[in-house]
Amino acid sequence: MNALLRFFRRLEGPQTLGRGPGFWIGFLVVLAGACAYPVFSDGYTVGNTVYFFTWIFMALGLSLIWGYGGALSFGQTAFFGIAGYSYGILTINFGAAYGFTLVAVVLAMAVAALFAVLLGYFLYFGRISGVFLGIVTLSVTLVLERFMAQTAGPEWKIGAARLNGFNGMSNMPPLTVPWPGGDIVLFPDVQLYYVVLGLLVVVYLGLRILVNSPFGNVLVAIRENPERAEMLGYDIRKYQLGAFVIGAALAGLSGVLYTSWGQYITPSSMGMTAAALPIVWVAVGGRSDLTTTLVGTVVVLSVFQALTIHGSQYALVVMGVLLVLTVLIAPNGLAFAAAGLIARLFRGRRAASPAGDA
Amino acid sequence: MDVGTLAFSALYQFGDAFAFLVLSACGLAVIFGMMGVINLAHGEFIMCGAYVTVSATHAGLPLPLSIALGALVSGLVGVLVERVVIRHLYTRPLDTIVATWGLSLIATQGTLILLGSTLAGVGTPFGSFQVGGYSYSVYRLVLFGAAVAVLVGLYVLFNATRFGVMARATIQVPHMAAALGVDTRLVYSLTFALGAGLAGLAGGLYAPTMTLVPTMGTTFIMEAFVTVVVGGADVFLGTAPAAAVLAVVKATMTSLYGQLFGQIGLLLAVIIVIRVLPRGISGFLLRERA
Repeated sequence: MNALLRFFRRLEGPQTLGRGPGFWIGFLVVLAGACAYPVFSDGYTVGNTVYFFTWIFMALGLSLIWGYGGALSFGQTAFFGIAGYSYGILTINFGAAYGFTLVAVVLAMAVAALFAVLLGYFLYFGRISGVFLGIVTLSVTLVLERFMAQTAGPEWKIGAARLNGFNGMSNMPPLTVPWPGGDIVLFPDVQLYYVVLGLLVVVYLGLRILVNSPFGNVLVAIRENPERAEMLGYDIRKYQLGAFVIGAALAGLSGVLYTSWGQYITPSSMGMTAAALPIVWVAVGGRSDLTTTLVGTVVVLSVFQALTIHGSQYALVVMGVLLVLTVLIAPNGLAFAAAGLIARLFRGRRAASPAGDA
Repeated sequence: MDVGTLAFSALYQFGDAFAFLVLSACGLAVIFGMMGVINLAHGEFIMCGAYVTVSATHAGLPLPLSIALGALVSGLVGVLVERVVIRHLYTRPLDTIVATWGLSLIATQGTLILLGSTLAGVGTPFGSFQVGGYSYSVYRLVLFGAAVAVLVGLYVLFNATRFGVMARATIQVPHMAAALGVDTRLVYSLTFALGAGLAGLAGGLYAPTMTLVPTMGTTFIMEAFVTVVVGGADVFLGTAPAAAVLAVVKATMTSLYGQLFGQIGLLLAVIIVIRVLPRGISGFLLRERA
């Protein structure tokens, strides 16, 4: 009982913003709003909202790797693609009966995580850090995209699943929950919305517990000063590899949800542009905290979506400008910059008022 | 096919791969080696050089002049980028990656909006020659010559000119260089411009052999990254030997299994090399020497 209590107490701690009843009441209000949202909307719009939600897992994973662990990785989209394709291959071959799609989700995430273990072993145990980590992960992502893009021929198939090159893979079954009295097929609609929302809450709270645990504290210590963390006796390679693999698994979850959402995945979901977007979402909101990452991702995605509707070709330019400006003006993200600004205003007023009285 | 033609073919493939790796990497390597900055917009500087070269050729300029113009324009854009963005980020190397990544997005999409999805190219000059029943492009030999010339030129620039001395002083101990009267900001600015100009040169040189699309930079950057990672921070002790080693890998894999496997071979090579030599070839050589 006590251990359980201690476990849940880690929902708040030094590594996460937001604590106390105020924050959690706000959290519940937002959650209640999110739960009530489908009531005020139609199935189609709700289905599109799910599309936003699928990306957030990947962003949270990047926040863990980059924001908490201090290792900039461009590999998130690679794991996204690997898991997406794995899901497609598995479900096209074995079908959706007996809840196999749910098994496929876990297997696809495991494939992505396994790939991350392999890649991460070479990177972290080779003590690659800083800028090199970024460019090696980016190279891996690009080569993977090119590899998938050339699989158009009929010889590229795994079982019944054709890889289909640039046209991408399609017609995999959506997530299906076995249910007495008929399976529930999760098309992009209200039901899928609740499933993904539930997953999101679980992942968000789980990550909060993780980063406030000893693991998270060591990870932040490594970000702040790797040598010091090592001198204190921690094997920093294992911690960074751990964060990398968890982040990759979350990117994999995004990939699986995306693939089952649209029943479609293409190599361009791993390309240059695709690899840039998670960086934008995470950097703009504030990468070093889960909550700011989550909020930032939702906001940036909404802006991006709105731009895509009204002037599609300028959307990417705006994203680029946003990224450059964020780095130049608010390196820790807009949320932290805004908080800093407000704090300074208040402090300024407080400092000014005694002088005014005198 | 007899041994002679086989050897020539292998040598030709190697030279081609070597030239591509050296030319696409040297701009990136100069900027990284001198400033510790990884310029993710490198591919877009290459694209810029290629576009300027082709436009100038269409306007009637002879190809060599157009290539020089492409390099020059890229270099000038480099000065601008350094002034506006990079200068503020020298203390935060990870952030330079993110910022230049943003620039790359802007440049690629901006080019697409302004100039459309493709630009009419210019033909590859010089034609071809025959060895043992196979025909080879003369221009590829010119590219190999250009790669060697660039390496020699950089060596002379950094070892025999006043700018080279100041640049090397600035890399070694920036504060001391500044105290001795070197304008380190200007040196950084010029170095970035040099790197951008070299990228533009690579773009200009390869422009006649490629389709000009806004995303053409991505064709180069993988190779450039890999060469710089394997080479490490020193252009001469790193980039050149790394390009030589990787060219063997690339040429072999490409001729055996095709272009894509050439790239996959490069990637596997880099992942193995960083596991064995985390500081790249130049780190290894310099430690041996010290």
